[in-house]
Amino acid sequence: MVPISYYLILAAVLFSIGIAAFLIKRNVITIFISIELMLNAVNLTFVAFAHMWHQVTGQIFVFFVMVVAAAEAAVGLAIIISIFRARKTLNVDEIDLMHN
Amino acid sequence: MPQNYLWLIPLVPFAGFLINGTLGRRFPRALISAVALISTFVPACLVAWLWSTMLSPGAAASITLNSGAWISVPGFHVDFALSVDHLTLIMLGVVTGVGFLIHLYSVGYMAHEEGYWRFFAYLNLFMFFMLVLVLSANFLLLFVGWEGVGLASYLLIGFYFRKTSAANAGRKAFVVNRIGDFGFLLAMFLLIAHFGSLDFSTIFSTVDAHPEWHAVRFLTAICLFLILGAAGKSAQIPLYVWLPDAMEGPTPVSALIHAATMVTAGIYMVARCHVLFDRSPAALTVVACIGAATAIFAASIGMVQHDIKRVLAYSTVSQLGYMFLACGVGAYTAGIFHLLTHAFFKALLFLAAGSVIHALSGEQDMRNMGGLWRRIPVTFWTMTMGVIAIAGIPPFAGFFSKDEILFRAFDSGPLGKVLWIVGLITAGMTSFYMFRLWFKTFFGESRFEQPSLESHGAAVHASSSSILVMEAEHDSGHAEHSHGVHESPAIMLLPLIVLAILSVIGGWVGIPAALGGHDEIGHFFDPIFASATPLESSSGHGFELVLAAVSVFVAVLGFYMAYVLYYRKPGASTALATRAKAGYALLVNKYWVDEIYSAFLITPLLMFTRGVLELLIERGIVNGSARASSMTVRGFAWATRTQISGNIRSYAGWLAAGAAAVIAAMIFGHSLWVRP
Repeated sequence: MVPISYYLILAAVLFSIGIAAFLIKRNVITIFISIELMLNAVNLTFVAFAHMWHQVTGQIFVFFVMVVAAAEAAVGLAIIISIFRARKTLNVDEIDLMHN
Repeated sequence: MPQNYLWLIPLVPFAGFLINGTLGRRFPRALISAVALISTFVPACLVAWLWSTMLSPGAAASITLNSGAWISVPGFHVDFALSVDHLTLIMLGVVTGVGFLIHLYSVGYMAHEEGYWRFFAYLNLFMFFMLVLVLSANFLLLFVGWEGVGLASYLLIGFYFRKTSAANAGRKAFVVNRIGDFGFLLAMFLLIAHFGSLDFSTIFSTVDAHPEWHAVRFLTAICLFLILGAAGKSAQIPLYVWLPDAMEGPTPVSALIHAATMVTAGIYMVARCHVLFDRSPAALTVVACIGAATAIFAASIGMVQHDIKRVLAYSTVSQLGYMFLACGVGAYTAGIFHLLTHAFFKALLFLAAGSVIHALSGEQDMRNMGGLWRRIPVTFWTMTMGVIAIAGIPPFAGFFSKDEILFRAFDSGPLGKVLWIVGLITAGMTSFYMFRLWFKTFFGESRFEQPSLESHGAAVHASSSSILVMEAEHDSGHAEHSHGVHESPAIMLLPLIVLAILSVIGGWVGIPAALGGHDEIGHFFDPIFASATPLESSSGHGFELVLAAVSVFVAVLGFYMAYVLYYRKPGASTALATRAKAGYALLVNKYWVDEIYSAFLITPLLMFTRGVLELLIERGIVNGSARASSMTVRGFAWATRTQISGNIRSYAGWLAAGAAAVIAAMIFGHSLWVRP
């Protein structure tokens, strides 16, 4: 049996990579992917704990997260496309209308 | 019943103040005068009505009007209450009567001045507060009037506020009076602490109910603090210094506030509180000594002054000293009697001096006067009445009141003999300096030089020639104002004549039995001072006559010296001044009192203020702490402001760092604050 800590360490590594990418990358799509990465890191911990406690709640939660993430991806990609149409760029440092 | 209308007496002048003070700027001068005169004439009529009802047979000795509670807390209660007894009646008569006459005079005197409306508004304000002061039935309301007349005095001394000396004089009067008011306040606190009340009747009846309270410490303390207050308001040593400087104000103000009414408030207050003072021989001795010392001190300064108004100012200080002396020897009747006659003749003298100044287009220095008696005869004759009255020559008013004081002083034990001698010397000096003024102003050669047209507006008559031209259109009688010595208009002469008559006959209400009179004023005050004044003296009538003869002799001696020095041998006074150089310097420099105060009190106080209060406390602590707190906030704001970059990823970074910190605290911090 694989110990729980392995899952958690893997989730923490994935989550950290997600955060790092979110902070470092400038391309909106890459940032979007890093958010997905973080969500899935969290999903991994949910599943691991659900398995550990023999409870189904965690797995149900994961489905919810996936559904929300899918919806978010749909909306988000639509926004990204419209931004690209308007500004011909996907660099977040240039999409700063709210700044100042 | 008159008490229902009592509140009208102070409030009518107040209404006059409000009208002239708010709308007067747009009024024509005639309307301003009408408002001011009506609002002083109405109270005068009410007071006359009050006199007639209070003096009718069977009338109550005092009436009270209580308009309800002012301050009411457990253990302490003060009402808005006015009360009138015979002492108040005299004061009311003086304030409204002399006040009205001086208002009348001012209409003529101030006719060419800028700020006409302001002057009459202040004058009515003064009347309001003075009437509140004398009508009050408790110490607190009296204090309101007390402070209010101080305010009006300040405003009117500084009436020519563009002149630095006038503005400074106003400030000086205010600050010196503050010292006295501080004493008055302490006295009130002590009264509250010991009596739980500030009501005159409550306090006095409590004292009357405790015959064993003789020379007890708290009563002496209260009296001493009251004396400090009275010394400030009534210009006694050591607080007299403001009154001579107060002559910077217009002359009618000097007559009304700084001679006839306000400065007598201290004497009124001491007389009002005679029940307290009678229980404290020490305090009475202090009053008598302060009074005698002030009388002779101020009279000696008055002998060498050159400014006609300053002579009268020192004379006022000196006469107030007489009144203090009278109160100090327990002769309150004599003190108030002198207050009454003094109000007549000193108001007369000031107004006549104002008429002289008016005639000479603002000249106040007696060295530049002389020979005026033919040219301004009405002023001359009325002023002569005032001079004789103050010099104490019978049967003029001043003789009876001054003589009464001297006699009572002589009659009051061993210290009284010393006080009597001091008073007698002062009487001689008074006669001397008044006749000196008289001779220098009205006799000898005219030393008056016509001022050039440019300098005409400089002094008292600060009117520009353009105003003169405008005035001349509807007031052609004043066109001669700018050329030559001239008699004052009728509206100024009428008050002079009335006051001159009062200065002659005003003393007749108090002719002592020794001179074949009935001493009406003494009986008039019987209900108030009955316990204080011995009805029959121990020395007998014959002795009283001898004392009277001595004081008349001294007065005539003063006249003779003035006659020799300033009329028969005009050069003799300067020769005397050079021979007695040290003494003359001492007097001319007013004993260097202002300089001494400046060196020992004002300069150290200013150094303390600037060094400790301003630099250390104000700038160091107050400003420093304010600046430190603002710098803290600013620094914090700077640190956070730089983080509000608008860059989403930096926010996300902070969010992540924060989340990491929270998780770290949950994991590792747990062992720090939960003891196993």
